[in-house]
Amino acid sequence: MTLLELDDVSVTYRIASGEVPAVRGVSLSLDSGAALGVAGESGSGKSTLAMALLRLLPRDARVGGRILLGGEDVLTMKWGRLRAVRWAEASIVFQGAQHGLNPVRRIGEQIAEPMLVHGLAKPDQADKRVAELLGQVGMPAWRAQSYPHELSGGQRQRVMIAMALACSPKLIIADEPTTALDVMVQAQVLTLIKDLVAEHDISLIMISHDLSVLADVCGQLAVMYAGRVVEHGPSREVFHDAKHPYSRALAAAFPTVGDPVSRLAPKGLGGDPPDPMHLPSGCAFHPRCPIALEECSSLDVELWPAGDRRSAACVHVRAKEEAS
Amino acid sequence: MTETEAPAETVSTARRTLLEARDLRVEFASRGRRARAVDGVNLAVGEGEIVALVGESGCGKTTLARTLLGLEKPTAGTVHFDGRPLKYGSKALKEYRRQVQLVLQDPTGSLNPRHTVYEAVAEGPRIHGLPDEADIVNSALSRAGLRPPERFLLRYPHELSGGQRQRVVIAGALALNPKVLIADEPVASLDASVRGEILALMLKLRDELGLSALVVTHDLGLAWNIADRVAVMYLGRIVESGPVEQVLTAPRHPYTQALLSVLPESPERVVLTGEPPDPTRIPGGCRFHARCQVLASGKAAEAGVDARCRGELLDILPASATAQAACYYADATG
Ligand SMILES: Nc1ncnc2c1ncn2[C@@H]1O[C@H](COP(=O)(O)OP(=O)(O)OP(=O)(O)O)[C@@H](O)[C@H]1O
Ligand SMILES: Nc1ncnc2c1ncn2[C@@H]1O[C@H](COP(=O)(O)OP(=O)(O)OP(=O)(O)O)[C@@H](O)[C@H]1O
Ligand code: SF4
Ligand code: SF4
Ligand SMILES: [Mg+2]
Ligand SMILES: [Mg+2]
Repeated sequence: MTLLELDDVSVTYRIASGEVPAVRGVSLSLDSGAALGVAGESGSGKSTLAMALLRLLPRDARVGGRILLGGEDVLTMKWGRLRAVRWAEASIVFQGAQHGLNPVRRIGEQIAEPMLVHGLAKPDQADKRVAELLGQVGMPAWRAQSYPHELSGGQRQRVMIAMALACSPKLIIADEPTTALDVMVQAQVLTLIKDLVAEHDISLIMISHDLSVLADVCGQLAVMYAGRVVEHGPSREVFHDAKHPYSRALAAAFPTVGDPVSRLAPKGLGGDPPDPMHLPSGCAFHPRCPIALEECSSLDVELWPAGDRRSAACVHVRAKEEAS
Repeated sequence: MTETEAPAETVSTARRTLLEARDLRVEFASRGRRARAVDGVNLAVGEGEIVALVGESGCGKTTLARTLLGLEKPTAGTVHFDGRPLKYGSKALKEYRRQVQLVLQDPTGSLNPRHTVYEAVAEGPRIHGLPDEADIVNSALSRAGLRPPERFLLRYPHELSGGQRQRVVIAGALALNPKVLIADEPVASLDASVRGEILALMLKLRDELGLSALVVTHDLGLAWNIADRVAVMYLGRIVESGPVEQVLTAPRHPYTQALLSVLPESPERVVLTGEPPDPTRIPGGCRFHARCQVLASGKAAEAGVDARCRGELLDILPASATAQAACYYADATG
């Protein structure tokens, strides 16, 4: 069953110097219980897209298209309904949100508060539920008594995940949930997130710049560039055999420890990330693309089919499909 | 003492030590208990050397980094810069900050939301009264990969992506032309392509300007990409250190072995469970013993070191450049 459907979603920020088209026509869908990974360049619009899903964008952002959550359009929903959806159906772990914790209140209180406000736990059960949630994210129950400054960055991030779980949502949107964590806790948290998706039928949208992490947790992967999805498909296939040259560069950027080729030789993509206010013509990736053709600077690219359940926005892909 | 008795490591490191922690301890009061966040650390960063500090969340990396910067006062031990102990007077610290700059884990927390990019990067040069402020800002932004700089000068942090914000923070650190950069997870919030560019930038700054760096990270791939040496920290102590090639391809401490085993490509995963380490309750014996897979599997007993694992405190590792591990089993099995 489809839980979430995005149809031609666009987001434009208005700032003093003009308009910033941060998301430009994204269509995606997510089944209940499924996990979708969103990867992409810094500034490609991942967080903007995530926040648009629950209408959490600032007022100067204009959103277009349709966002259907359980069949209801989030963009036209009444305020009261939207509030209910935000608490009971979907929750976000924001990028860098561990800084939003209130410094003068114990973390146990902060986890319990929304549950009490929304009547999801009685005051006498709250402590037990908090202990349970802390346990789920690998922290001992006595940590409920700690203040945020007594926790390390990684411990705070785990508190944020516990808060997102508090209201037993159907959908969790996790924006870079493991980037602040060390490898060992990342391995634990990823296992935890995988179990949540599998056992509790929670759907997941996970944003990360690390394709190997997304491939580990999510069934499907969407790679964004300059506000558009440039590749979409089953995550392992996208990770191991990317069709779009940008996805290929992303996949190659994380070195294998022990590989002499990458020793003292970090690999990045040359060129500058695109400025959304002055996007390159044609395929927005063309100024940095190692296999660009002459037509790429004028061609209108779109997501073309690229094999079974796969698509990619590259002229080379279209050529192959047409030939076959 | 005769000259021939000089320890091998001083011969093998031609590098002059620039920044050094000597038997450093930092404690916090935490709910009536003592949290020994940094519990006896010796660590040296040489001129033009990049050292990676890796370890589990909460093991004390940030506390160690903040103490090296003079932002936290050690409970015991000393920080040395350029051979002299760090002074904590406000004037001495101000001068010190020009030499040793910090790049923080989370850019959102380290930028003032009401300051433009220009103001954020100009702050350091202004405090230190440097001339040609605008030139410094432009060149720092370009060096940090925000090109062309004019595009970003008048923006506010909320008008930038997370990655762009981190590059502003790095530009702010570069603006003072420091000798040492202490970077706490500098690329954790950046996407892959920018990550490569910023790591390449740190290597370039090292090669061209002789910049030294201590890079705090949980990303072993990053250490492999740019560091000369790596130090692995567990519960307030360095448990293994040495040249990157040696430590990351032939780790000797069971904790380092576990860290490497959870990387995506590795065949046999050792996901450590048990309580996350708590600096208010540091176990006796080897501090890793409650979670140690080598002890649990009986291999330590076979080597006859299990009693020491559980009951005997290990010596603190010296600030040596050669490979070393604080482990009875590693010592016994060579
Ligand atoms: N409030 C805002 N006003 C104006 N522009 C904005 C605003 N928020 C983001 N932008 C711009 O929109 C684009 C997309 O930003 P977004 O934060 O969605 O990127 P991202 O993909 O999440 O990047 P990162 O990986 O760095 O977090 C960027 O060019 C950014 O500068
Ligand atoms: N001001 C403080 N008061 C009490 N305890 C503290 C304080 N600062 C840090 N700690 C504790 O000291 C330990 C080390 O924290 P630190 O932030 O240095 O860890 P870290 O290695 O940087 O972790 P991460 O990788 O998650 O950032 C943690 O257990 C933390 O709870
Ligand atoms: S369409 Fe052209 S420029 Fe764009 S990714 Fe494909 S080859 Fe490169
Ligand atoms: S000293 Fe013993 S317990 Fe500690 S790491 Fe070595 S084998 Fe494990
Ligand atoms: Mg983001
Ligand atoms: Mg830290």
